[in-house]
Amino acid sequence: MALFKLTINNRAYSADVEGDTPLLWVLRDNLGLVGTKYGCGIAQCGACTVHLDGKATRSCVLPVSAVGKAKVTTIEGLSEKGDHPVQKAWDEVDVAQCGYCQAGQIMTAAAFLKEKPKPTDEEIVGAMSGNLCRCGTYHRIREAVKVAASKTN
Amino acid sequence: MNTINQTSRRDFMKIAAAAGGGLFLGFNWSDSTAAPVVVDAKHIAAGSVKFNSYLSIGADNSITIVSPNPEIGQGIKTAFPMVVAEELDADWKAVKTVQGNLDNTQFERQVTGGSGAVPHSWERLRKAGATARHLLIQAAASKWGVPASEITTADSKLFHKASGKSASYGEFAEAAGKLTAPADIKLKDEKAFKLIGQSVRNVDNKNIATGKPLFGLDFYREGMLFAIIQRPKAFGFKLKSIDAAAAKAMPGIVDVVTFENSVAVVGKSTWQCKKAREVLKIEYEKAADLESSEDHNRIFSNLMDNGEATVRRKNGDVEAAFKSAAKVIKAEYQCPFLPHSPLEPMNFFAHVREDGVELVGPTQTPDRARGEAAKITGLPPEKITVEITRQGGGFGRRLSADFAIEAVHVSKLVKAPVKVIWTREDDMTGGTYRPAVRYRFEAALDKNGEMIGYKLRGVGINSGNPTREDNFPSGSVANLLIDSVEHKSAITTGPWRAPITNFLAYAEQSFIDEVAEAAGKDPVEFRLALLEKAKKSPAGEVKYDVDRMIAVIKLAAEKSNWGKKKGVYQGFSVYFSHRSYVAQVGEVVVEKGKPALKNIIAAVDCGIVINKSGSLQQVRGGVVDGIGHAMFGNMTFKAGAPDQSNFNGFRLIRMNEIPEVDVHFVDNGISPTGLGEPALPPAGGAVANAFYKATKQRLRNQPFINEDAFKGIS
Repeated sequence: MALFKLTINNRAYSADVEGDTPLLWVLRDNLGLVGTKYGCGIAQCGACTVHLDGKATRSCVLPVSAVGKAKVTTIEGLSEKGDHPVQKAWDEVDVAQCGYCQAGQIMTAAAFLKEKPKPTDEEIVGAMSGNLCRCGTYHRIREAVKVAASKTN
Repeated sequence: MNTINQTSRRDFMKIAAAAGGGLFLGFNWSDSTAAPVVVDAKHIAAGSVKFNSYLSIGADNSITIVSPNPEIGQGIKTAFPMVVAEELDADWKAVKTVQGNLDNTQFERQVTGGSGAVPHSWERLRKAGATARHLLIQAAASKWGVPASEITTADSKLFHKASGKSASYGEFAEAAGKLTAPADIKLKDEKAFKLIGQSVRNVDNKNIATGKPLFGLDFYREGMLFAIIQRPKAFGFKLKSIDAAAAKAMPGIVDVVTFENSVAVVGKSTWQCKKAREVLKIEYEKAADLESSEDHNRIFSNLMDNGEATVRRKNGDVEAAFKSAAKVIKAEYQCPFLPHSPLEPMNFFAHVREDGVELVGPTQTPDRARGEAAKITGLPPEKITVEITRQGGGFGRRLSADFAIEAVHVSKLVKAPVKVIWTREDDMTGGTYRPAVRYRFEAALDKNGEMIGYKLRGVGINSGNPTREDNFPSGSVANLLIDSVEHKSAITTGPWRAPITNFLAYAEQSFIDEVAEAAGKDPVEFRLALLEKAKKSPAGEVKYDVDRMIAVIKLAAEKSNWGKKKGVYQGFSVYFSHRSYVAQVGEVVVEKGKPALKNIIAAVDCGIVINKSGSLQQVRGGVVDGIGHAMFGNMTFKAGAPDQSNFNGFRLIRMNEIPEVDVHFVDNGISPTGLGEPALPPAGGAVANAFYKATKQRLRNQPFINEDAFKGIS
């Protein structure tokens, strides 16, 4: 066990855990930030996506010891009032069925749109195809990313 | 208030276990509304008046509507309250919806399965809203001294035009709550619906998009321990010996306990438990045949020819029809086992105390979880509470109670609150799969291309009856024989979204296409001609509505411009399941020499559409699920152990692989039927038939990705 100091959503946290514990489980079991979801544990589904210094990162395969001084943003910290353009677009398009994968989808989309504010349809599909949605809400995810892009610019 | 005595409760459990759907107990409206009680449930504002199981209205005009059925992504938590709010004339923006916990004194059929919640509850929900509205009007009429018939309602308000009086529902809630509810209540004319039929957004959108704790896996309790369980690694194994010394010495581990064939590592975090499980030393011994997929293929072939079949339906003289046939068409179709793969893996919380049990988690059958907990602990069911969380998908997997049973066992053994968590690998290799099935279809055509004989034999592994003997084309063929053979295996199976029909529909609709081609007829015309026969000269009982089936076929043909598109290869499919009718047209185009699935056009008759937005997505999602698993889903076995254990080996459909899905609803004003499942079954057939048009090769086995005709496409 070791004490890890983390900056998450612009707040300082510390967790006394083994260094190989994935960031995902530190967030969920130790810090009470359960918005980041467990889906596969092997970076295949994207439900655990967080931002590491603004880049979309799979927290289920990122050992807490590798986070270092990087700033972590989780779905809880994407916006203060839940009004990030991507979060608003997700409501406007009524994307969610069960909703379990959507935090990861939103985090992937938000990081993508920061890099590519005016994406083509193909770029959206390319960026979002790493995230699984078992309910099959892909049409609406695609549309919501477009809506968010149009509102950001 | 109704109380359910022990006998009827046991009956309920039994019926629920057998059917997983269907109805159960009587429910007396006037009893539940006669004596309104002020409740202080955490979600309902203090001082609110409870009008019935579903509805409370506060003096501040707050309206709380309880949705008792588990929400797994089918949209029930939005749709149910919409129905109550419609009849109440409530201001939807001010309605708060709450997930009900298990409560047999207030609700029946708190089950999510069989697409049965809406048909079961439609009238009940409408009456709940209409009764409260009636009482509010009575209370206002009495206070204002005007005839009740002159009072109108809208947006949670009462109006009396002649006197200019108006009031909010909240102002009359207390007075209305003291009145006696009428036994009979007039419901709205469906044409007057204002909310039903609109697009209403998922009530949990904001909580989902901001990462609020909603799901079972998000439930944490002070002092709660975690448990990761090692189950036998192959179907057919049983536990022989266990050495847990190394695991117990790992950091954070509190205990290692054993029950039945399971070994639970209990500790202070998920990760610590997972790591400690890796150092368990467990020996297993063989308790049943350790089957491989090659064995299953052999079993299928053997039972198809030599199995002792159970006859499911017989009409006319099949042997004579085949003897006199001008042409006989015969084909076999096969589907593999499938895991459900809900994105939230199985998990459940239990706290077994001396005087009761608290259960919390994602379950499609909360009453089953409680019944099992009662059996294990010996406590009476009324001492056991079940809190139903939002669920990260279900697809039938959460109809089983195995994960709840585990949580109860572990909590009882370690005497602490415990959350059992399944890893993805546990979830995928843990069984209760969709059964693997092989079908043999045979059709006899006369010299005019009329289908005069039809045979279907289904051979399934732990499948029960793998046919739906009364579905189309039964009733439309004079001489028909449907039978089945079952092989019992140690590999566990269970209901998977649209049980049986999720594969049968594709096989049947693909075969019907083969028959239509052999008869030299257009696939749509061929189906319509059969349905005309089922209508005019039915062979035996017809248990589907022929006109509704014809209507969706015609709508899909019209909307897809069937047979008239240049450069587009279209495939047709239609299926009746879970009381609803869905026809689909798949469209394939050839790009750079390769066929690609571009569109699915769906025509859906589920009666009245409650929530347009939710329903549209339910159909799209069902189609995506159907084609995804038809194309890619494959679960194979070696010596009883699954070959696939996570999404790297088991392929789920992704965004870059979906076609456009164009959805059209039939507007016929019929009471609503299920929509959680019916869009899925026809999807595979629409795709297979469209690919056939483009490639001239039939896709007779799932997953399509393993078929020669499909190679190099995806």
